[in-house]
Amino acid sequence: MIAPTPHQRQNAATDQLATSARPVVEMTGISVEFPGVKALNSVDFRLFPGEVHALMGENGAGKSTLIKALTGVNQISAGTIVVDGKQTLFGGPADARERGISTVYQEVNLCGNLTVAENIMLGNEPRRFGGLDWKAMRAQARVHLERMGLDIDPASSLDSHSLAVQQLVAISRAMVVDAKVLILDEPTSSLDADEVEQLFRVMRRLREEGVGILFVSHFLDQIYAISDRITVLRNGQLVQERMTADLPQRELVSLMIAGTSDAEVGVATERRGKAMRTEDSAPLLQAVGLGRKGAVEPFDLDLYPGEVIGLAGLLGSGRTELARLLYGADKSDSGQLRAAGSDLKLRTPRQALAQKIAYTSEDRKGEGVVGELTVAENIILGLQAARGWMRPLPKTKAKQIVEAYMKALGVRPANPDALLKNLSGGNQQKVLLARWLATAPKLLLLDEPTRGIDIGAKTEIMNLVSELADQGMAVVFISAELEEVLRLSDRIAVMRDHKKVAEIPTTRDVDVPQLIEVIANGGESK
Amino acid sequence: MSTATALAGTRTFRPPKLDRRYLPVLGTMLVFGLMLVIGGLRYDNFLSPAVISNLFINNAHLIVLAAGMTFVILTGGIDLSVGSVLALSSVITATLLNAGWNVALVLPLAIAAGSLLGLGMGVMIQYFEVQPFVATLAGMFLARGLCFVFAPESVPIRDEGFIALTNWTMASGRWRLTAAVVIAALVLLASWWVLHRSRFGRTVYAVGGGEQSATLMGLRVERTKVMVYVISGTCAGLAGVLFAMFSRSGYALTGVGMELDAIAAVVIGGTLLTGGTGFVLGSVLGVMVLGLIQTIITFEGTLSSWWTKIVIGVLLLVFVILQRILTLRRT
Amino acid sequence: MTRIYKHRLFWPVVALAALLLACTLKRPDILGISVLDGHLFGAPIDILRNSAPLLLVSLGMTLVIATRGIDLSVGATVAIAGAVALTFIAGSHDPGSLGTALGAVVVALGLCLVLGGFNGFLVSGLGIQPIIATLILMTAGRGVAMLITGGQITTVNSAPFAALASGFLLGLPVAALIAYGVFIVIALLVRRTALGMLLEAVGINPDASRLAGVKSKTLVFTVYTLCGALAGLAGLIFASNTMAADANNAGLFIELDAILAVVIGGTSLAGGKFNLGGTLVGVLIITTLNLTVTVLGISPLVTPMFKAIVVIAVTLMMSPRLRGMLAGLRERRRYQEVNA
Repeated sequence: MIAPTPHQRQNAATDQLATSARPVVEMTGISVEFPGVKALNSVDFRLFPGEVHALMGENGAGKSTLIKALTGVNQISAGTIVVDGKQTLFGGPADARERGISTVYQEVNLCGNLTVAENIMLGNEPRRFGGLDWKAMRAQARVHLERMGLDIDPASSLDSHSLAVQQLVAISRAMVVDAKVLILDEPTSSLDADEVEQLFRVMRRLREEGVGILFVSHFLDQIYAISDRITVLRNGQLVQERMTADLPQRELVSLMIAGTSDAEVGVATERRGKAMRTEDSAPLLQAVGLGRKGAVEPFDLDLYPGEVIGLAGLLGSGRTELARLLYGADKSDSGQLRAAGSDLKLRTPRQALAQKIAYTSEDRKGEGVVGELTVAENIILGLQAARGWMRPLPKTKAKQIVEAYMKALGVRPANPDALLKNLSGGNQQKVLLARWLATAPKLLLLDEPTRGIDIGAKTEIMNLVSELADQGMAVVFISAELEEVLRLSDRIAVMRDHKKVAEIPTTRDVDVPQLIEVIANGGESK
Repeated sequence: MSTATALAGTRTFRPPKLDRRYLPVLGTMLVFGLMLVIGGLRYDNFLSPAVISNLFINNAHLIVLAAGMTFVILTGGIDLSVGSVLALSSVITATLLNAGWNVALVLPLAIAAGSLLGLGMGVMIQYFEVQPFVATLAGMFLARGLCFVFAPESVPIRDEGFIALTNWTMASGRWRLTAAVVIAALVLLASWWVLHRSRFGRTVYAVGGGEQSATLMGLRVERTKVMVYVISGTCAGLAGVLFAMFSRSGYALTGVGMELDAIAAVVIGGTLLTGGTGFVLGSVLGVMVLGLIQTIITFEGTLSSWWTKIVIGVLLLVFVILQRILTLRRT
Repeated sequence: MTRIYKHRLFWPVVALAALLLACTLKRPDILGISVLDGHLFGAPIDILRNSAPLLLVSLGMTLVIATRGIDLSVGATVAIAGAVALTFIAGSHDPGSLGTALGAVVVALGLCLVLGGFNGFLVSGLGIQPIIATLILMTAGRGVAMLITGGQITTVNSAPFAALASGFLLGLPVAALIAYGVFIVIALLVRRTALGMLLEAVGINPDASRLAGVKSKTLVFTVYTLCGALAGLAGLIFASNTMAADANNAGLFIELDAILAVVIGGTSLAGGKFNLGGTLVGVLIITTLNLTVTVLGISPLVTPMFKAIVVIAVTLMMSPRLRGMLAGLRERRRYQEVNA
């Protein structure tokens, strides 16, 4: 974890810049409209040379739209963009890049099948006899890579490197043009702590060189570790622009979340070890030395009916991989699962479903939503798949199930015939939950069910999970938000570096810092 | 400035490792070599200059088609129209020459017809979001229909300038080169240069690797995607001229199913149909393998001609499965 | 009115109507149906009969395409089915008997099931791209058909087998009864059972379907097998029509016509939602086109060009961009972004 040290780093010079220096980018009264939606409504934004400016907001607040408006991907319907003192409208990312504004996106948007050198240099490649000069290209690429502190072979193909390296290659590419402005759109979401630190070193160096950096990240710690200034957007509108040093975390969060005071943020149920197992209660499912090479090291885990197990750990710590083994989504290569004392072989999700195990993937769009099917079809999909295609669910029964779950989960709009792709993230998540609940699972594996959805839906889902556990369901709950895990779980399994390192009952005295401690120390302090 | 970090690892000596990307092409080369060896051992005169020369002379048009097809497939597209466009170009050549037009005007016109059709398909695919398969299928039907509008029957070419061109050969001993082979070689050279030495060529690979990424990298994706179909159309037009030189006629029913030969050659040559990986020289090897199969079956004498298709099918199967294993190991 | 315009079958139906209209303008009586010897005759009946093989192949193709697949090998399968059936009849002791004809049908369909299964295995078992997996059989298939007939155009005489194409039942052509019967059965099958929904789910999001417990591999395997069998049935009708197994020309380009029919019918080659009714309209358009071209006195050799025009017209009219342009959206750029 990166220690937030805003005050050490916050220097007087940046404050001064705010008042005296001319912003390198100044956007005034920016509006962007899509048919039927006003994505941005008269937003102001400015970026000074030599600062890291964090753009904050919940999903749908308008962060990416603002970035796209700046780089010319989205057309603005009102407002002015002044870059370097001149009013400008860019024709697209390429145009913006040529004129000193480079963007690096969340998912590495480079071509894995090309070499590292090409990924850095294409568009600015050195030429010889009218064609690419490969030798010079590799040499120049090496210089740019060194600037990022990377020592890799420019002739190697990009997809032979880790995501973190690819991300730094993307920044190398961005800096080839001597960018005055660097836009980093959630570059850290798939990096581990060391990698983030390396990225920050690069960012600090660029800041010293006078580059204005626009930084988007969902990790508050990172924002406080690196940014000088914060602009908060909400529902397409500017909320505030503040110096990071003067904005406490709590206030930032409340600025981001519409109409919620501090108290309302934590409205969801507090379970905290509510389920009290008696000595003689039998586990529903036992993992004994279960593991998969490269994914999770062999682990033991007992799951009891009526109990919520939280999986805590950083992104990439093996949380998802563990859940996928329990579901048979990936095949294990060591250990076994036991149910009621006998071995259980799960090779496919289908077999898991037959054992009344259900799993919602963290990748909602890729592995959950079947967008062009209706809400109703999505809800009965799991149930129908279990029955096979020859025994269709009777229409009236299907209708009953769909209506019951839509009502229970409060799916909006309450139209079973709407296509699922047209629903908001939170409602899609509810529909997916309904799909699994309809199969009447005994064990429910929830992988990041609360990610990227609004606070209201989040609360509803967490309350529901707690209720289900009360009714006797075993639940495994995964979330990046430790607060949520702590709140909802009866017991927490801590993951670190693809290993289950600790198991903690969530008694009253366990708090988030303690949990972080365990994650950080790999459970040794316990 | 240059601080090597734990993340990137320290610079170590790496033994020269074979790049995975070359494996499919090497496989094709191996097959090609094996076929030559087996043919040479089994039949007299198999490895004679005449046979090898003929391999190139008979397949010059297919080499050009395969080169164009490689561009398209590298972007992840497909072009089903090339066989028909080849026929159209040969028919245009024959009809116009017999109408007394000058060779120097007719040949560029015939080739341009291919480019124009390619442009039309490219625009349909890029700007009207019609799937490549459907758009080029339409192009295939359109070109074939146009052939019959020009000339329903086979048209023998009598133009002297053209005949002189077809008669031109370069010989050294029993090795022989026709103008068509020289042209095919030039096309190859140009394709190789464009694909590996130009920004456009690298954009072709980039589009195949990930269209969205390529766009965000600021590469000119739209133009590139249209251009590959123009290139393929142009190659097909040129191949039509070469075919007219080879057969000294233009006939509306030539090149039926030739698009499949071109696709098969590209696939056997190690280019992935998903795009992004492959080499134009591999495609040429693919053409050579197809040509050798035909030659071997002719040499065998007792085997009927339909064995050619079956062997090509089996070979495709083997290569596809091998490629599949390669890509599986990569991920 | 605007709703009709937006219906996805609007343009295909307009195209079909235009073709029929073109026919009637030239020969006003063409759409009449007459009764002769208790059988129905006339251009509409011809269209029904001539569309039979294409309808069968297109049915299978629609289901394959729904799973994000494609089957290029159906033409070759058609040739193989004809070759097997006629070679079987030619080699039997009693070519004219019903038993022989049935035997031929069973053997041919059985083999085609296996061929379809082979495609299905390559696609679902080995995970090979459908277009290339089926390209293998497309290339080799006609060679195999030649192998079966020994390179000859086998001609036979078998009244029961010939009835498949030229016979009449209840006044209607047997071929049409078979094809439309199969169409109705399959249409009911996919919509009355959960098959349709599960196929669409697999086509729209394969990963999500797998995690939802859908047996994707089995489903995909099944549709390729079914597609092979339907192509085989189409091949039998072809062979019965000519009573000659022509390995080179039987079902030539039928895979392309079938794909066209599916696309014209509004099913996207990208998979997912499929529309059997649309496919039927597509098949009728392609079959009627052949009639229209003949009626208008144009050389049938030029037919491909008209096919191209229909395809280009229909796909362009269905393309979101052109629709956007027609709807008067001047700001093209913005439209792109919304879709991006």
